[in-house]
Amino acid sequence: MASGGSGWRTLPPGGIIVEPGSSLRYKTGTWRVMRPIINQDKCVRCRMCWVYCPDAAIIETDEEYVDSKGRRWNRTYKVNYDYCKGCGICAEECPVNAIEMVPEVK
Amino acid sequence: MAARGEVRARPKPMSTNSAVAAAVKDLDVDVVSAYPITPQTTVVEKIAEYIANGELEAEMIHVESEHSALSAALAAAATGARAFTATASQGLALMHEILHIVSGLRVPLVMSIAMRALSAPISIWNDHSDLMNARDSGWVIYFVHTAQEAYDTILQAYRVAEDPEVLLPVMVAYDGFVMSHTVEPVVTVGRENALSYAPKRPFPYKLDPDNPVTMGTLAGPEWYYEFKYQQVQAMAKALEKAREADREFERRFGRGYGVMECFMCEGAEALVMATSSYATTLKAILPEMWRQGFKVGLLRLRLYRPFPIREFTEYTSNASSLVVVDRSISFGAPYQGPLASEVASVKVKEGLDFNLVSVVAGIGQRKMEEEDFKALVRLAWEARSRKYPETIFYGVRE
Repeated sequence: MASGGSGWRTLPPGGIIVEPGSSLRYKTGTWRVMRPIINQDKCVRCRMCWVYCPDAAIIETDEEYVDSKGRRWNRTYKVNYDYCKGCGICAEECPVNAIEMVPEVK
Repeated sequence: MAARGEVRARPKPMSTNSAVAAAVKDLDVDVVSAYPITPQTTVVEKIAEYIANGELEAEMIHVESEHSALSAALAAAATGARAFTATASQGLALMHEILHIVSGLRVPLVMSIAMRALSAPISIWNDHSDLMNARDSGWVIYFVHTAQEAYDTILQAYRVAEDPEVLLPVMVAYDGFVMSHTVEPVVTVGRENALSYAPKRPFPYKLDPDNPVTMGTLAGPEWYYEFKYQQVQAMAKALEKAREADREFERRFGRGYGVMECFMCEGAEALVMATSSYATTLKAILPEMWRQGFKVGLLRLRLYRPFPIREFTEYTSNASSLVVVDRSISFGAPYQGPLASEVASVKVKEGLDFNLVSVVAGIGQRKMEEEDFKALVRLAWEARSRKYPETIFYGVRE
């Protein structure tokens, strides 16, 4: 959150953050209890998960993928688990049920 | 404008509201947010006049509510400007959410309070219900008892608030109408002297595009506590700095008050603790009471937050009794007078052994005349050898 230690003597007062962009170090994915797993073989690259994700935690990459039927895709969707909260909206919206929500703790 | 070093010695007639406005002018405040409420309104009216006349170069923001008035003053101070606002009663109540945000963000600004009762029923008259609701909001709070002290304390308030070791907002409170609209002689010190005593020290974490900071962050359970504890430490620092600010004020201008005042305490066997205009009236009647044999002193609470425990303990060490006069009611509390409750806690904390008497008076500006104050002095005298376990609601009709 802030530089200079975590005790009251060294934190800047008032919760003021004096180092711009320090939020990049704050990984909110630890809030998650259910983890979305994308089945690349079922995925039809429609981009709906990317559109619906409220936290921009679906990443669209241009990695190639060849599925079991031999189809070649030039898009691959991945989950940024540093920020995904596990809300499950992507799994709910996926038209081909290619996203499965799996418990983080078995 | 006074010449450098010149202290304007000739007193001018001013109400306490006018004295506050004069202090704001002399301190060269940059931003004033204004929303009218009785009995504060003439403070910001007078400031508006100064700005219109070119005597003060400041931005006056006319807002739509007190919630916005304090929000605007907070935002202005956050950019490094010297900011001021004033309110009373329902206005202070409406500000309540922002009170905690200003102190929590550690943004220094000063606000004057012309203390007034709270609705319902509606009362435009004086008591301390508005201020007492705000006592745990993390602000430094002064009670003042003359127009002169109001002027002087606004100067001290900025010096304390903007101190980099304090960084807390400050309220300067006085009795609505009884003081806000009463004209007294006031000596002002002029801008050069005011700014030399309280130079502008802008907020060190100010909003600045060249050095961006984030204000108003979310703090989870693993962070929030440390920021609140920093406020505890800042309050302790504010007590030292308030003492220092008053000593320096006296050195420069010849008027000092202390953070707590004890009037006619030498040889006093009993004390009455009072604030604001009640202290002024007690000062007027105590010499006569002493001539009648009532050796009773006045303990005037000036700095209320942080509470000056050291001075309190020193001044009460020889007293057999202490009558604490409250002008608000803490409904359902062990002592219904909130100041009496605090004195009871100091008494236990410091192991003091005077007889404490809690008196509630002047609710909704119920009239208190000379005879009534004399009755309180006689009560303090009686209490040397008699216990009064319950709060006395002085002057309420059966």
